[in-house]
Amino acid sequence: MSAALLIDIILWGSVAAVGFLALQRGRPVLIASLRDGTIDFIAVVPRIALGVVGSGYIAAVIPQEIITGWLGPHSGWFGVLTAVIAGAATPGGPVIGFSIGAVALKAGGGAPQVIAYVVAWALFAFQRLLLWEIPFMPARFVWFRAAVSLPFPFLAAAIAMAIGKP
Amino acid sequence: MKELPLNDPAPADEDADDGEPGTRRKRKPIGWSMIFIGVLVAVSATLVYRRDGIDGVLEILTHDLWLFGGILPRVLAGCLLGAFIAEILPHEKVSRSLGPASGLKGLLIGTAFGAILPGGPFTAYPVASALLTVGADFGATIAMVVSWTLIGYGRAVAWELPIMGVDFTMWRIVISLPLPVLAGALGRFVYVRMYPKGAPP
Repeated sequence: MSAALLIDIILWGSVAAVGFLALQRGRPVLIASLRDGTIDFIAVVPRIALGVVGSGYIAAVIPQEIITGWLGPHSGWFGVLTAVIAGAATPGGPVIGFSIGAVALKAGGGAPQVIAYVVAWALFAFQRLLLWEIPFMPARFVWFRAAVSLPFPFLAAAIAMAIGKP
Repeated sequence: MKELPLNDPAPADEDADDGEPGTRRKRKPIGWSMIFIGVLVAVSATLVYRRDGIDGVLEILTHDLWLFGGILPRVLAGCLLGAFIAEILPHEKVSRSLGPASGLKGLLIGTAFGAILPGGPFTAYPVASALLTVGADFGATIAMVVSWTLIGYGRAVAWELPIMGVDFTMWRIVISLPLPVLAGALGRFVYVRMYPKGAPP
């Protein structure tokens, strides 16, 4: 069984479980939340469509080599800084992000720099902020969260330098 | 410190239904972020067209339409999950355990919640938004989102393990363990200084 299928099963199982809890509060609660969820879904689909269908073009014009170049040659804290910028600038989904990280590791990139890259990408890759987070959440929260997250790739790199790679 | 507005002072009874529809957030149909993405996509598509011709444009379009079709059911699942959670979680309990005065415990609960939450961005953000709606503060919600993205198992199992390998993934997750609580704490620290009189409307 593939990991994606397993995650789908857990996902829909969770939906069923909370849906059952809602049903226990009475049918009106269940119907109200089904309606709210569907309205959210309809509101968000055009944004997701634009983002997902458009992300291929953005990824195509920011080739992976450019990002890898940012990650590659520098070491120390300057390398961490360029890795963080590269993480924020990486377009596309997890395959692209992690592949770039893997290439950088194989090409001799330092582990703290690759950690900083992966953490920065996970925390504030611009395309995920715009494509996923903004449509679902209040914009004020999204920018606040991204700003508050800024120090943490550097902290992760510092921890990585301190404990070393086993 | 920000005093939490008492949205529903009446039900001291924990099991009371407090999912009044008026608390659901309103959505602007089109925001500047949509326009920004639209422009970015249009410029990128034009560049692809000039480089690879119409075939290049269509190839990417077909691939991404398939991707979109695969994601749609999960987006629906995420929206339903968020709506159910907003409906069944009692505001009072959430404000107490995840609100501005919930302390370290609230950040830890947010972190644990983010770590066990199934699915991808299509679940995490609707659920986080639901938590905000029912009384969680920015700090606890930041802890939840950061925890989901850094130590949640969904992306790690599906993508990071196969691509980056077990050693790197485990090492990165261990290093990331303290980050959600720290990010949530920093969020609260900044929030009460940015908005000393409570949240703006």
